[in-house]
Amino acid sequence: MSTHLLAADVAVGTELPAQSFALKRVDLVKYAGASGDFNVIHWNERVATDVGLPNVIAHGMLTMAEAVRVVTDWCGDPGAVVEYSTRFTRPVPVPDDDSGATVDVTGSVIEILDGGRVRVDLVVTCGGVKVLGMARAVVQLV
Amino acid sequence: MAINVDLVGKRYPSQTYEVGREKIREFALAIGDPNPAYSEVDAARALGHADLVAPPTFAVVVTRGPQIAVIEDPDLGLDFSRVVHGDQRFEFTRSVVAGDVLTTTASVGSAHTRAGSDFLTIRSDVVDHTGTSVVSVFATLVARAAED
Repeated sequence: MSTHLLAADVAVGTELPAQSFALKRVDLVKYAGASGDFNVIHWNERVATDVGLPNVIAHGMLTMAEAVRVVTDWCGDPGAVVEYSTRFTRPVPVPDDDSGATVDVTGSVIEILDGGRVRVDLVVTCGGVKVLGMARAVVQLV
Repeated sequence: MAINVDLVGKRYPSQTYEVGREKIREFALAIGDPNPAYSEVDAARALGHADLVAPPTFAVVVTRGPQIAVIEDPDLGLDFSRVVHGDQRFEFTRSVVAGDVLTTTASVGSAHTRAGSDFLTIRSDVVDHTGTSVVSVFATLVARAAED
């Protein structure tokens, strides 16, 4: 699949529109149900703190799912993402309050590849702390 | 117990997953993504997809069962109580779409011990009903060194 975004319109350094995503406890519960990942550290504060975490933490895969929206909203077609990878460097603690945690995502084009493909690197932080490392996607443009 | 590095390359029994429209809609709702290609068939088809397209990370739903079979292999010796998710990679041949009948074969991609911590990369190769590759998913789990 490809996108409405033309490779000719994209250059190294092109910045993708930044986005912020709020994650509350209810979002972790919804993600647990939809994904089948019921690991207790994502919903039980007692267990999470017992194993040394600061609080209940978001699923790494939920943070990864939010981050790639910066790419899919930019390029127009989720099917244009042909590679996507990250390291989980820091947890995203989600407090039991009305605001939860906020994940901030920026992205920019780092490299123009062959065949109309571009590499995008994402910077994903929570409270100013980088939570994903080497988050990158390869996108197939028209 | 350290992880059994002799199991690198071991393949596990394949599992089949049928991708339903409502599961894609549920997953998109759970990640809070209102992209119409995840919920409206016409929007997905306008982009050239055969049916509703799944968000990129939906592939973890497809590969979940086969991955668990690896993690629970008693011969592997992974201490799941100490496991954190180290990294994750998706390599797509095409998107997952509603109606797909997918078969996943998981294998031990790599396994090693470094500084007392065990690193396990599970590779999951997903093919469609014709045997054509759809996506390969790589998940690295880290069992942190025990604190003595």
